[in-house]
Amino acid sequence: MTQLPPATSRQLGLVIDLDICVGCHACVIACKGWNTEYQNTPLSDADAYGAAPSGTFLNRVHSYEVQPENGAAQTVHFPRSCLHCQDAPCVTVCPTGASYKRREDGIVLVNEDTCIGCGLCAWACPYGAREMDALAGVMKKCTLCVDRIYNKNLPEEDREPACVRTCPAGARHFGDLGDPDSAVSRLVATRDGYDLMPEQATRPSNKYLPPRPKDTLGEVDVLAPFLEPATETPEGFLGWLDRALEAL
Amino acid sequence: MHPAPSVILFTVLSGFGLGLLIWLGLGYPGVTGWKTFIFYVLAYGLTLGGLLASSFHLGNRKNALKAFSQWRSSWLSREAWLVLLTLLVMGGHGFGVVFLASHIPPLGWLGAALALATVFATSMIYAQLKTVPRWNHWTTPALFVSLALTGGALLAGQAGAATVLLTLGSALQLLAWGLGDRRFALRGHTAETATGLGQIGQVRQLEPPHSSPNYLMKEMVFSVARKHSLKLRAIALLLMFVIPLLLLVLLPGGFWICGFAAVSFFVGTLVSRWLFFAEARHVVSLYYGDATPRQPGTGQTEPSP
Repeated sequence: MTQLPPATSRQLGLVIDLDICVGCHACVIACKGWNTEYQNTPLSDADAYGAAPSGTFLNRVHSYEVQPENGAAQTVHFPRSCLHCQDAPCVTVCPTGASYKRREDGIVLVNEDTCIGCGLCAWACPYGAREMDALAGVMKKCTLCVDRIYNKNLPEEDREPACVRTCPAGARHFGDLGDPDSAVSRLVATRDGYDLMPEQATRPSNKYLPPRPKDTLGEVDVLAPFLEPATETPEGFLGWLDRALEAL
Repeated sequence: MHPAPSVILFTVLSGFGLGLLIWLGLGYPGVTGWKTFIFYVLAYGLTLGGLLASSFHLGNRKNALKAFSQWRSSWLSREAWLVLLTLLVMGGHGFGVVFLASHIPPLGWLGAALALATVFATSMIYAQLKTVPRWNHWTTPALFVSLALTGGALLAGQAGAATVLLTLGSALQLLAWGLGDRRFALRGHTAETATGLGQIGQVRQLEPPHSSPNYLMKEMVFSVARKHSLKLRAIALLLMFVIPLLLLVLLPGGFWICGFAAVSFFVGTLVSRWLFFAEARHVVSLYYGDATPRQPGTGQTEPSP
């Protein structure tokens, strides 16, 4: 049903720590792997070994340079995927009911059996979270690994999204953001987690934790004493020679 | 936004066809019998041709019938219902006019209202999108409805009404462009709000997430047209409004004059609709380094490829 549920009993989502992310793209690859190898319709690639490879991904990592008023520019690696919004505009535009938000855990999903591939949901999403699969002709998006997190066939430590499981830096966290006492909610509160493009009023579930302020060394340059300029005028024998030659 | 030929053709053709159906429903041109048949064939041909064109941009056509299910929330679904109802009602009305030489006004008015509502629903598919500030405004439905009524009036040979509508339409088109040019900046969407990194400083893309364009960039980060947009706007204005108005005002109004004006208007509308898509900026472009124009001279006005 393409009407949004009035409320969800839980709101699962991700918390992404921009202070920790090192931009290794391991989450991108883990996501592509899980959603290709264990699905009926894989995330397809075109011209994979050619000059202009392209393909469907549910998670992308941008790298930005942030220039403060004063001081050096800072590099921030920025993973971008579906934010499982509470007021998801991608859901209400869908003409077939393929795009929906689950009442029980707030995950936004696409039912590929009813999708007509019109692309309107991708237009409605401010975050570029949806990509039409060029081969399958249906819309693909992050499922929050709904086939992992409830999967009793997996060991318990694997019952979290593939991107979270694989992140070598620990920059990604998974949990119930609808519960103010959950670990992820407390993390968001402690670190001033924020919403992307809040002016779009989508109420995203996923939160981003800002990079911590950089240390500053002030005006003291610890290497300065070692960089005293060498004396220009030679002394001793070389000084006498220099003066004698000048006098000639 | 990517100006897909299928969607441009769909909105323009079906807009023309539905516009003509509005006039036919209202009882113009006031003829019955086989002469009217030609008008109905034209209106149905344009509307159905447009619908056929629109199906070419679907990735998975076999599910097309399911698009009727979500009329409570989706403008695309409402459009599907309204166009179906329009074609059914106007089919009944047309049968009466063509074969029984009898005009049933209430049925015609219902058909005209449905045709008008269909054009409105089409425009709302675009106007509802907060992600494309240029479209997200009342001028979008106003312009779509106005252009459909004008095209229909020209095809129905209603020179007097067309003259008024063309004048009104040109004002709406200029207003839509003028207001639309500033709306993205006015809404406050920037790379800083998109990433939330504005509290640290000014954001620019250092490395894109992938080496060649993906679906998002092909579909929504289209920026080729902007450098020619002024010339294309002038061409669109000339073909849509100036030439048809000159034809209608200077030459004796007649069916053929209206026909020529309609052809010029049609081509102009295609140009205008192409610009409607090509000039529209989606907020996702902010993630791809297509920064909002800042103060001139800061070097952030042109998108990186």
